[in-house]
Amino acid sequence: MADTVLESAPDLLMDIDRVEQGDVETEELLINMGPQHPATHGVLRLVLRADGEMVIEAVPHIGYLHRCAEKIGENLQPYQYIPYTDRMDYLAGMNNNQAYSIAVERIAGMEVPERAQYLRVIFAELNRIASHLVAFGTYGLDIGAFTAFLYSFREREMVLDLCEAACGARLTYSYITIGGVHDDVPDGWFDRCLEFLDYFDPKIDEYNQLLSFNQIFVKRTAKVGVVSAEDAIAFGLTGPCLRGSGVKWDLRKSTPYDGYEKFDFDIPIGRPGGTDEIPHSVVVGDSWCRYYVRLEEMKQSVNLIRQAIRNCPEGATLAKKNKTVKLPDDEVYVEIENPRGQLGFYIRGDGSSIPARVKARGPSFCNLSIVRHISNNCLIADVAAIVGSLDVVMGEVDR
Amino acid sequence: MAPEEICGILKSEFGEAVEDACLDCGRPYALVSADSWPKIARFLRDDARLGFNLLCCITSLDMLAENKLAAIYDVCRIPFEGKADLLEFVHEFAVRIEVDRDSPSIPSVAEIWPAADWHEREAFDMMGIVFDGHPDLRRILCPDDWVGYPLLKDYEFPVEYQGIPGTTEHELLSPRH
Amino acid sequence: MTQFSTPWVERNKPNLSAIEKLMVGVAMSVAGLAAPILRRFPAAIFFGAVAGGVVGIYLVALLSEAFLGEYHLLRDILAVTGVSLFAAHIPLFAIWWERKVAARIQSRMGPMRVGGWHGWAQSMADGIKLIAKEDLVPAAADAALFRLAPYVTLIPVVIAFLTLPFGAHWIFRNMDVGLLVIVAMLGVEVVGVIMAGWGSNSKWTVYGAMREACQMVSYEIPMGISLLLPVLTIGSLNLVQIGDAQAGGWHTWLAFQSPFMFVAAVAYYITSLASCKRAPFDLPESESELVAGFLTEYSGIRWSLFFFAEYVAMYIVAALAVVLFFGGWSSPISPEWIPDWMGRFLFADNAAARAAQGLILGGPIWMVVKSFFLVFVQMWVRWTLPRIRIDQVLYSCIQVLLPLMLVLLIGQTLWVLWVPEDSLLAMVTRIALSSFTGLAGLGACWIIFKARLKKRALVGVLAVEQLPGA
Repeated sequence: MADTVLESAPDLLMDIDRVEQGDVETEELLINMGPQHPATHGVLRLVLRADGEMVIEAVPHIGYLHRCAEKIGENLQPYQYIPYTDRMDYLAGMNNNQAYSIAVERIAGMEVPERAQYLRVIFAELNRIASHLVAFGTYGLDIGAFTAFLYSFREREMVLDLCEAACGARLTYSYITIGGVHDDVPDGWFDRCLEFLDYFDPKIDEYNQLLSFNQIFVKRTAKVGVVSAEDAIAFGLTGPCLRGSGVKWDLRKSTPYDGYEKFDFDIPIGRPGGTDEIPHSVVVGDSWCRYYVRLEEMKQSVNLIRQAIRNCPEGATLAKKNKTVKLPDDEVYVEIENPRGQLGFYIRGDGSSIPARVKARGPSFCNLSIVRHISNNCLIADVAAIVGSLDVVMGEVDR
Repeated sequence: MAPEEICGILKSEFGEAVEDACLDCGRPYALVSADSWPKIARFLRDDARLGFNLLCCITSLDMLAENKLAAIYDVCRIPFEGKADLLEFVHEFAVRIEVDRDSPSIPSVAEIWPAADWHEREAFDMMGIVFDGHPDLRRILCPDDWVGYPLLKDYEFPVEYQGIPGTTEHELLSPRH
Repeated sequence: MTQFSTPWVERNKPNLSAIEKLMVGVAMSVAGLAAPILRRFPAAIFFGAVAGGVVGIYLVALLSEAFLGEYHLLRDILAVTGVSLFAAHIPLFAIWWERKVAARIQSRMGPMRVGGWHGWAQSMADGIKLIAKEDLVPAAADAALFRLAPYVTLIPVVIAFLTLPFGAHWIFRNMDVGLLVIVAMLGVEVVGVIMAGWGSNSKWTVYGAMREACQMVSYEIPMGISLLLPVLTIGSLNLVQIGDAQAGGWHTWLAFQSPFMFVAAVAYYITSLASCKRAPFDLPESESELVAGFLTEYSGIRWSLFFFAEYVAMYIVAALAVVLFFGGWSSPISPEWIPDWMGRFLFADNAAARAAQGLILGGPIWMVVKSFFLVFVQMWVRWTLPRIRIDQVLYSCIQVLLPLMLVLLIGQTLWVLWVPEDSLLAMVTRIALSSFTGLAGLGACWIIFKARLKKRALVGVLAVEQLPGA
């Protein structure tokens, strides 16, 4: 076995170089950005090697929020593990429940009633809206615009109210469960939801006026942290980060789950500046594109929820209320489209009701790994813009 | 392309290196030998028929009964050729490598798929699989001075870490290991 | 349960001398006696004190002006007291106001509890909390610089008040170089910020300080040139003279005298935002990039002194803009427009007439109202715009504003030389610019009025019904 005790990051121990530029002598500076820093969205630690305001290298260090989620998965029955999936990506609890539930259903061969599938779509998309709202608001904060944050939380509050009406929880729902959804929605819920959608739809244009097309905002984010489509695929970027680079790839279209094939919706991607309403300085794959894809996705989510409510059939919402699921001696790997990208669950059964191995592939984990490669030779302010545009949730990176 | 065809292509190309395959599992995979893995990985990525450009995930697996560790590479193809069309699903596949539990070592593919960088570090951190040729193989989630590999089935929870007492509840609640 | 091997560190009890003990005892007993009354009637006492102070200072100022002449000791003492009281109340009011403005922009209510009506006492409660906090100096910091920096920041901006006019006679020292003194004092403020950043001995604070230094060298030059334009037009650095020259009503305000002046007024306003570190130029303390910039290591009263300085500086740059470009203390109404029947009362020589003149034609109230309106615009900008990047600050100040200001300076020089004040071109420009601004203002009011009527449609029924601040 290799040495169990490793030296701390070797690239941090290098000597501080002296860079000479003409008659001005500057010194490189190592700066700790995080784990407690307003722009790192949690406990991400970035070690910046900076020459004045210029960042020469940014090395991410993660693990401050590691809670042994995979080990816990090996000790609990699938039903018991559902609440732990909420805590991974705590901004998109519904989608995490959904991913784990689908994985267990595939391995155990369970069928999901049709109404439950529609409800899953509704709640997954509602949660996508809530999650993208946080991404939008906190990105505004990163760039220094405060008001967008409060606007987004005003609307997110209403989404949370809707979720609370269905399952009683506002953040860690455990609503989508193995074999369907936990309970049917209360009477009149669909009307309230439609009322919210009518209210929310024009708000996205308001956000665009306030922030997206603001000259200062565009200047801060356009051409910052550009990721080419090839790089994005090679580094395993998924979700809005991949689509921001111009790749029209979405698991809801390519490998539909939970009946997504019945819906009609678009996949927004990053477009070059000058087309339609996009500002001229934007290039495909920069921070602005990644940000704007999220705003456009919210529109598509509204569209999806409207369709789901219109077509939602009556019927059961849970296949069979079991206390335990027997997992056969087999393995599955299931990926679904989370607000941040492809969330994968690998489950290996061994014939008992407790899985032998649970592995979660967090989209933020992969998205974050590109930070080191795109934050070379940018300014300190750009690091905040880049990390914000990747929209990482540390709970899921560290699991 | 169906998993059988993919497996057939691999077998015809690499012969003995593809040791086994499980095509009717929940997740079809081919078992390949560790030595030839970089060659196979490069082929998987570069071959025109396969073109697996996205490495989704590396799952490490502890097979205590067989005294082996396994790494499962889930790969997928995003058929992107510079067009902004909606991309249809082509195929996905998994490659499995089993190594001896006492000296687990697999060649790194971080050169081929940069995404493998952090996934391999995670597998090293959690299971102790050493990825030869990895540019920066160190712990990623656990602290640098952590002892042991937590996801191994025979892992013993430390009694103490840097003066912080470990919980004794662990033994009461989790008698499985 | 768990036994720790290291015990808690015992803190030293403060060693108080007999006099200190006595002082503490007296303070405690006074507080104990006053507390029930204070708790019962806080608003009445506060507003009573403020109103009493204002009336008292006004009366004595009138008396002293009438009987005691220009350079009398009593007048000076009164003026210093008044000015420092005013300077001390600006942050108290402006912080509360900023929080209310921000809240309304963001569909919230802002402070609502402390003191009763709309949380008016919030700043005072915050101030008491900040005073009560431990005065912490980081172990690695340069203690002397660290302690000194807040004062170096605060004192210059208060000094700037000494030559800032509130009215033709409402000025502590009517200096011939008044403008220069104020600009110099605003420059000294920057030194305090750099001291704070360097003295804190933290990398983030040094970044904040260096950004401030960088920003200063880039905005000071265009700001200085934009201030030259009114000086050049009037031919004096004396702020009272500049203000008096604009007393002829709305259309005589300097900003409307030529297109160059109009652009210069806007440009000055932009640089003044950079001067008092307000968004979008709040890079020295940009909290999402530099934690809190030069303020990172500060807490308690020292931290609040920086905010005192910032809000006072906001008022000063706004007041400067008012004096130089927007008519100073004169109201938009020209004395020529006053009808005869009114003029008989208004221009009589008694105290009531003077008070009426102050309200209608111009006086300290107009000065304060106009300045606070510009402060409000600063807040409005802050809560609407994102922050720009340091290279963009340098670019916009040096490569855009500086050449623009030079062109404006030359243009205004030629304008003053070639366009006589009573020529047709000057008249047309004056009327066009002033009516344009007036119409724009009225239009804005109309939009706001319409928006309030259609609130439910604009903000959304759900938000209006659920949130009181929407």
